[in-house]
Formats: sequence, structure tokens, C-alpha cells
Amino acid sequence: MTTLTVAAPPRRRPRLRTAVRPAHVATAAVLTLIVLAAAFPGLFTSASPVDTDPVHALTAPGAAHWFGTDQLGRDIFARVLYGTRTSVWLGLGSTVLAVAAGSVLGLAAALGGRWTDQALMRLVDALLALPPILLGLLAVTILGPGTLNVMIAIAVAFSPGYARLVRAEALVVRTSGYVESATVLGLRRPLLVVRHIVPNALGPLLVLATVGFGSSLIAASGLSFLGLGPQPPSPEWGTMLSEGRNFLATAWWIGVFPGAAITFTALSVNVVGRRAQARFTRRTDG
Amino acid sequence: MSLLDIDGLDVSFGTVHAVRDVSLRLDRGECLALVGESGSGKSVTARALAGLAGRGASVTARRLTFDGTDLRTLKDRAWRDIRGRRIGLVLQDALVSLDPLRRVGAEIAEPLRTHRLLSRAELRPRVLELLSDVGVPEPARRADQYPHQLSGGLRQRALIASAVAASPGLLIADEPTTALDVTVQAQVLSLLAKLRGEGTALLLISHDLSVVADLADRVAVMYGGRIVEHGPTDRVLRSPRHPYTRTLLDAVPTAHAKGTRLSPSAPSGLPAEPAGCAYTPRCALADDGCRTALPVRDDHATLCHHPLPATTAAKALPTPTVIETTPPGRPLVVAEDLTKRYRAPDGTPYDAVRDVSLTLHRGETLGVVGESGSGKTTVARVLLGLTEPDTGTVRFDGVPWTGVPERARRPLRHRVQAVQQDPLGSFDPRFDVERVIGEAVALAGPRRGRARRARVAELLDQVGLSASVLDRRPRELSGGQRQRVAIARALAPAPDLIVCDEPVSALDVSVQAQILDLLADLRRDTGVTFLFISHDLGVVHHVSDRVLVMRNGRVIESGDVAAVFTNPNEEYTRQLLAAVPGGAQA
Repeated sequence: MTTLTVAAPPRRRPRLRTAVRPAHVATAAVLTLIVLAAAFPGLFTSASPVDTDPVHALTAPGAAHWFGTDQLGRDIFARVLYGTRTSVWLGLGSTVLAVAAGSVLGLAAALGGRWTDQALMRLVDALLALPPILLGLLAVTILGPGTLNVMIAIAVAFSPGYARLVRAEALVVRTSGYVESATVLGLRRPLLVVRHIVPNALGPLLVLATVGFGSSLIAASGLSFLGLGPQPPSPEWGTMLSEGRNFLATAWWIGVFPGAAITFTALSVNVVGRRAQARFTRRTDG
Repeated sequence: MSLLDIDGLDVSFGTVHAVRDVSLRLDRGECLALVGESGSGKSVTARALAGLAGRGASVTARRLTFDGTDLRTLKDRAWRDIRGRRIGLVLQDALVSLDPLRRVGAEIAEPLRTHRLLSRAELRPRVLELLSDVGVPEPARRADQYPHQLSGGLRQRALIASAVAASPGLLIADEPTTALDVTVQAQVLSLLAKLRGEGTALLLISHDLSVVADLADRVAVMYGGRIVEHGPTDRVLRSPRHPYTRTLLDAVPTAHAKGTRLSPSAPSGLPAEPAGCAYTPRCALADDGCRTALPVRDDHATLCHHPLPATTAAKALPTPTVIETTPPGRPLVVAEDLTKRYRAPDGTPYDAVRDVSLTLHRGETLGVVGESGSGKTTVARVLLGLTEPDTGTVRFDGVPWTGVPERARRPLRHRVQAVQQDPLGSFDPRFDVERVIGEAVALAGPRRGRARRARVAELLDQVGLSASVLDRRPRELSGGQRQRVAIARALAPAPDLIVCDEPVSALDVSVQAQILDLLADLRRDTGVTFLFISHDLGVVHHVSDRVLVMRNGRVIESGDVAAVFTNPNEEYTRQLLAAVPGGAQA
């Protein structure tokens, strides 16, 4: 036995150099608002998102109606607030579906043998050749309009990208030193895949999905804008944007406020996603 | 007046004092070696001399002059005039030091162009001349290639060519041969010797005393940011005065050290105080005086309260313990006529391994030595069951090990374990040490809970690690600690065979010594069989009973390690042995 016992050096904590930047404070504030609005829209306004009031139709933003009213006299502020839940749910749901489908495809391609890989990846190539929004349109045309269908359509549109990424990560992980070490230890393959390959291949994807949420939200709003998402009068940002289009010259507020909501939500989630990405890269490099 | 004159150099990064009170002189045509382990401050010293100490570094000195210029007050612009032109710098890793997107010739011409030393028309001939000076064959072809198209040795030589292009008076070489094979290392060292002969002053930095032994006129040994011993190379190597220098010398596995411990076995373990000698905890001679006060430098420039007597070496230190080994038993692994063919990037097939046969007996250690590309690793992978040979068979304990489905191999897998060169890459990055070892324990022992944890702690103790590392991630550990964790994992399923592929190549000599001692202990305690692969002949000689010499995928010589190393039959083995610096074959 060695008489020498090596004492561990003092534990190095990753230096937290989180200088609080205004952008991060703003992001956190916007995200908090979004979550609250999605959960309890009634907290912020007593107005109803669907009650019409023809007398006050097309009122400009003011003390009574912060964001003004639309052509039917509905309060835009209330509609934007109540629309949060549907819009965020659309973005979130479609991202989760896309990531799930992409992961299954990517892992199957990477671990399933040469022919599976070839077949799946050529399919993915074909899907990637089409613009995502066109692919989504195609899917929703087949499935018909509606919230769930838009979600599925967006997932179809974005999953090929995720599949590509997961496959590449899984291939790297599959030939990594630690998977080899686990093989040498004699781990059974299912255990090897579940314990080492899947978690390590999916790690970077989850970060990317945060960034992807913004794109999904915009795409979902786009489909709603085209009238393929949630049907009026239910409030949804994309649908509202579409309604506001006809009044842009006379009542800009109908389109601008839902548009701003989409922009700020996508932007905030992107900022968080990029930050998580930077942190994740640093962690694995270190 | 000396070309380089340093007095009282201090470099600190915030609260970390990396270099303390370093004083050196260097003349033209002279070679000074700065030797020490990682973190000793040798590289920081070198970088400070080139004005590259880095952002946030505070460099102070009583005197810091180069060729009459005071370097302390130099502005960035003035540094640029000196760097590359009057002080050349060669860094360890030639691949990252050369711009991958530029041709080698353009890279070498860089200092000449930057300092406007030659006209455009004169550049090309001078670049070719430099390349042929540093011993690069076909300079015209090589100058037009990109760094990735050159081998490690050629890259290192191209880097030296670039560093000496402007004929600097001082060349600083930081671990210039660490990643290279012995024969290439010998070429690079003789190139540096030639430059010194032409009047260049050389500052050579290394963690390995034996590398610098042939080249350096003087050696300065650094520990904890201070120079602890400084003197003519001969004197320092033959009768070191500082206990740390002695440890460094003992750590080098040479022929006469075979069967003995390489690392000191009785460190004092006394905690060092900031005011005291930093080496105290590791020193066998340390007492309370060492702990609290810094010694005064004696006339031999040795910074020690208890310098070793000048005439007799190592008497005061405990004499090396002889490690007993078990006699080998019946065959454990029999490999016959292994051949594995790969395709080179350009599509031409080549045999990574060709007609290799070997037998491993129970309890013995078989060394495999050869340069990069000789097929050592492929042999290891075949024996680990990770690569299927094209032809040939391996039987493990009488059972077919190759040519069978993974299903048939799996029940035996835990009996053949591996220790890799890069332990960090062999650990799941999400796992802490407990899970890394625990996973291996679970395969052949307690699956979970307290029993598993106890077994993990027992294994850690066996490899000389304290239980405090259990919840660490491997990347938070030092290189030596990581390798100990890798060894603990390999031991976990109580294997019959451990295949070690370059297990100490990435480590400092002193850490290497500890790991080699650990492996020897384990061998004695557990009777496990080792296949030990290394490009370092000294290391292989130290640990092995028998040795295979590989070249271009073939075994060209094999036999008892002492016989092969003292009386090689093959010319290539003789060349390898001759290339070992410091005469490890003696």
C-alpha cells in the first residue's frame, strides 16, 4: 500500500461573475409578467377579453383602455393578457413536441444501425429542404385548423433540425472515452444507452430548445395569423395580429400590442436561452 | 554584463503569488534549464520574460534587463519590437501555436515580415533555408503545407524555425519536446544544441530533469514559485543539495531504479505556513523550523534549512525500498497472429497491426514500447475487446475473446479492465467520483447503498485518495488524482488483467513516480496482470518483466526486459535506447 495519501486541493467553486446587467433584469421582469399573465390574467384587468362594446369601438389607447379597443370595442389590453396563455402554451407545447420527436428520430438514427440511420437522415434531409413555415402550413392543411393541430404542425416543422443535432451529439457521445470505459466494464447496452448516451446527448439540446421556443412561438403566431390557429373570438396574439392588419392605417394599436407581446416574449426567452447555452458550454469545457 | 539579467522577479495574479524572488543570469551561447513540476512557476517566469505574463498579472523586479534594455518599463509597442526579433518563444504544443489556416512558410516568415527585416523577394529563400537548418526534409514542399499536414516533430521544428527566423539573441523554449517520441525529441534537442553553439542564449523549461541534462549548462530548480536550487548541471544532477531536486531525480525511472520506489515514502506532512518553505509538507527532512521561516540561500544557491551533504547523495533520505514482485504463472491471454487494417485519410490501406502474437502470464507485467503509429494502442484495443482484429485470435483464460458476439464477451468483461492516458475523457462528465467508481463496483459487488459506498471508499484508500474526493467531479481533480480514480475504477470489479495505455504520459515526473509506485504496490497486493503500453522506454523498463518493441504494426523484438534493454538485437531498439535523454539505458 502507498503510505502517501493525496489530499484534495480546496474545492474550486465556479466563479460566479454574474454582473447584474440591465438586459437580464428586464428579461426577468418580462418573463415574470408573462408567467403571471398566463396563470392569472384576471389579476391585471377587470375587463373581459371577449365582451364587445360597439359604442367604444376603435378607441385609441388611454386611461380607460390602456391599449385601446378593437373594431368590436373589445379591450386590447385584456385580450393581450388573456391571449398569453394560449400563445405561450402553443410555443411551449410545440417546442416540447418538436424536441421529443427530434430526440427519438436522432437517437434512433445514431444508435439504430446503418440502414436506420440512412433512411431517417434522408427523410430529415427532405424535410429540412422545405422552409419550416411551409412544412407547418402543409401539416396544418392536412390536419385542419385548431390549437392542437398548430402545435403538431410546428413540431413537424422544427423536429428535423433537432433530430440532426441529437444524432450528431449521440454519435460523438457513442464513441467517447466514457462510453468505451462503460463497455469495458461490461455494462449491458440498454443500460449504457440510458445511463450514459442519452443524458449526455440530450444535454446540449435542452439548452437549444430554450432558444427554439422563441422561433416556435413566432411560427405558431404566424399560422394563427393566417387563420389556421385558435379561432376567433378566443384571444391569441397571432390571430389578433391578423385582425389588426385591416386597421393598421386607422387603428395601429390593434396590431402593434399583440405584435409587441410576441416580440418581447420571444426575445426574453432567447436571452435566457443564450445565457444557459453559454453557461452550459463553459461547464462542459472546463 | 549578461544578456539576460533578472534580480528579484515577482509575478502575481491577484492574491496568487506565482513567482517569488527569482534571480537569474544568462549569457550568449549558454543554456539555462528551468525545471519544476506543474504550478512551480517556471512557465509564468518564461512568459513574463517575453512580456506575456497576461492580463491581471503584476510583474515586479529589482532588475530585469535584456541586452541593456530595461524590460520593466516597456510599453506594448516596444515589446512587439523585442518579441520575435530579439527574444524568440517556442511553446509546448506546436499544433495550437501554429495558425491552422496559414501555410507553414507564411508562419515562419511572419517575424521577418513583421519586423521588416527582409524584402518580399528575400523572404522565400530565407524561409527554405530556415526549414532546412532545423532539419525539415523537402523544405520547398513543407513550406507550402498546412500545420495539420505535418507530423508532431516537423511541426515542432517549424515552430522553432519561426522562433529563430529573426536570429533572436535569446530563445525561450517551454517544454519543447514533451509531446514527442524519443527519437524526435533527440532531434529537437540536438537542434537546440546547435543553436546554442551558434551563440543563441537558451532558456529551456521542462518538468523532467533528464531531458535537460544533456543540453543545459546550468539548472535552476523551481518549487512553489521560488528557485530552490541553482547550479551547474553536472553538480546538480550528481549531488543535488535540495531534497526536492533529489526527489525529482529519483522520480525518473531509470535502469538502476528498477524494483525500487520512485517517490519519497516518508513526507513530513507538516503544514507549511506562508512564511515558511513551501516544500515542507512533502519533505522528509522538514522540521518546525522549515514550517515557519524561509531558509537563507547558501553558497550553492540552495534554498533549504537542511541541504543534503555535497559529496554523498541521498544518504539522509530513506533509501529506496525494494518492491517485491510475484513470479509469473500460467498463461492468461494468448493472442495469435493479430492483424488489423485501416484506411488512411487518402484511402490507401495500411496495417495498423500485423502478425502480432503475444502471451500474457498470470501476475506478470508485459511492457509494449514503440513510437506513435507503431500499433500499440490498436493491440490494446483488441485485447480490451473494443476492436475486432481482421485476422488472428485472442483467447482469454482459455475462452475465445475475439470473433465472438458481444453477448459472449460480456460476462468476462469485468475481468479485463483499462486505464487510459486521458482519464478525464473516460469519465462521464455528469458523474462525480462516487458514481464513477460506484458504477464499476455495482457490476461485481454491492449494487447500491451503504455497502457500495463503503467499497468505493475502500478502493479510494487503496489508490491513496481521501474520501473527500467522493462528491467531486473528475474535472475538479488534478491529473494525478484523476489517474488514481481511473485506477480505482479499474480495480473495482477485481479484474485479472489491467491494460494501461500510456497511463503516465500526461503527468509530471514526480506525479508519474507516484502512479508507477502505486501500480507496483497494486501488482504486489493483488497479483493482477498488467499490459503496460508507453512510448517512454524508462517507464516501460521500470514496470515490466518482459517487453515487446513495436514498429510499424509489427513486434520487432521481445524478451526479458533487462535483456532487451541492455543487449538489444535490433538496430531500431538500439536507436530508441540511444535517443533516451540523460542516458536512461546506462
